[in-house]
Amino acid sequence: MANPDPTVVERVERRAEPPPTAEPAPPLTFAVKNLSIWYGQKRAISDVTLDIASNAVTAIIGPSGCGKSTFIRCLNRMHELVPKTRIEGRVLLQGQDLYSSTIDPAIVRRRVGMVFQKSNPFPTMSIGENVVIGLRLNGAHNQKFLNERLEKSLRMAALWDEVKDDLHKPGTSLSGGQQQRLCIARALAVQPEVLLMDEPCSALDPIATAKIEELIYELKTQYTIVTVTHNMQQAGRISDYTAFFYLGKLIEFGPTTKIFTNPSERQTEDYITGRFG
Amino acid sequence: MMNSSRADNHHWRKVKNVLASTTTFVSALLVIAPLALVFFHLLVNGASSVNWAFFTHLPKPVGEAGGGMVNAIVGSLELLALASIIGIPIGVLGGVYLAEYGPARVNWVLRFVADVLNGVPSITWGVVVYGLVVLRFKGFSAYAGGLALGLIMIPLILRTTEEVILLVPNGYREAALALGVARWKTIVHIVMKTASKGIITGILLALARVGGETAPLLFTAFGNRFWNHSLSQPIAALPLQIFTYAISPYDDWHRQAWAGALVLVTGIFCVNVIVRILTRQRTASVV
Repeated sequence: MANPDPTVVERVERRAEPPPTAEPAPPLTFAVKNLSIWYGQKRAISDVTLDIASNAVTAIIGPSGCGKSTFIRCLNRMHELVPKTRIEGRVLLQGQDLYSSTIDPAIVRRRVGMVFQKSNPFPTMSIGENVVIGLRLNGAHNQKFLNERLEKSLRMAALWDEVKDDLHKPGTSLSGGQQQRLCIARALAVQPEVLLMDEPCSALDPIATAKIEELIYELKTQYTIVTVTHNMQQAGRISDYTAFFYLGKLIEFGPTTKIFTNPSERQTEDYITGRFG
Repeated sequence: MMNSSRADNHHWRKVKNVLASTTTFVSALLVIAPLALVFFHLLVNGASSVNWAFFTHLPKPVGEAGGGMVNAIVGSLELLALASIIGIPIGVLGGVYLAEYGPARVNWVLRFVADVLNGVPSITWGVVVYGLVVLRFKGFSAYAGGLALGLIMIPLILRTTEEVILLVPNGYREAALALGVARWKTIVHIVMKTASKGIITGILLALARVGGETAPLLFTAFGNRFWNHSLSQPIAALPLQIFTYAISPYDDWHRQAWAGALVLVTGIFCVNVIVRILTRQRTASVV
């Protein structure tokens, strides 16, 4: 505990530097191949194959219970918290199999951050502590480094100006929208490569939602973002690619403009035009 | 016709309502009454004997008036400390296992056993420790007394710890795990920290419960009229001293027994007040 884990600090500092221009960013972040997921006997995801582009927003839409949340949770192995899950197929992050037996799920989750439907700042911690807790529990103890990450993460989450004088106040004292941005800052602090968002705005009012959407738009220059949403207009506004799931199957996937204006599948069209779901 | 029967009905409903609220109110009063009676009785009989000497002097030899119970008060604290060393870590860690790790079938067995143990009469613990420790090491001791009390604390703390840990919303566990924090660190730094007030409350309640126990100490700690100089020797405890004094034939000892009981009850009352304050803050925050 006393020794900072050098790998975390090094990795974060490395990520903090601008990438060398000579090396173009790989176009794909995730390659999902023939993925099926079971909860006990129940098959939640059936044979999904999908590529997720880097530095873009991919929206997952579909009616309740269609497997949207299960799908994004399997991108950082969070679905494994439910007992008796089983997986078939492969999920490659930058070409590396996330489910290979040599990979520690904790490392996967440091690379693939997550923001949840219900904002969940830790109630025992101040705003500042909430932001850096991930770094601290992953072994970073250098106060100067933590302070830098604190300010930078809060700035990226567009929250710094609102809370910079109240960093010692409890995280739960913020408004709902601010709490959600605090959770985004907390996820960004560990410098992930990908940010997963599971209906991040569903509990927020329209103004707070607009702020988060704006933030997502800005963040995609640095991160790959995958978001689940129930709100079709939101998917249309913020995403570059849209995947439509129905009953655990991927029905259609493509650029958002095409899915919303000229879907090739009848089910997609019915869902988007509000005929069901 | 319709109207009059409706009016009757209404009247009868009112009567039933008054009856029900009166019976429940009287029952509620009967719940409070024993505590008030106990306190009143203890104050009348014991208050005059609670003085400086009571807290600072050793018991006087038989036949001499005066003296105090300082050795018993300190002895009780020593026994509680020994009991805590055994009861708190096992109880808290066991509760964490139940709430966070245990498979359903194992948990079912653990909970059942803990509930049975919570119902075991406390003198049984005294007999068990007598057989296991006192006979084997050929003597009553503070260790034996502390062990008996500690064994009573384990299932109490186990169950309260489990309950307050289960109250921590799953969202906090997920949030920490999603940051790439290891499972055990999530449990220690996030879950247990969030539930810490509840865990402390459970520990205090268990201490208050065993602090007043007499039966498990009868053949373990045994009691002592002098200072205890080694934990492997018999040690005095407040409830034991009260018991010995109360069944004695001396008036002065009776008065001291009343005083001891008053001090003991006041102590336990204070612990409960602290618990109330802690739990009030707890509901004000999250868990």
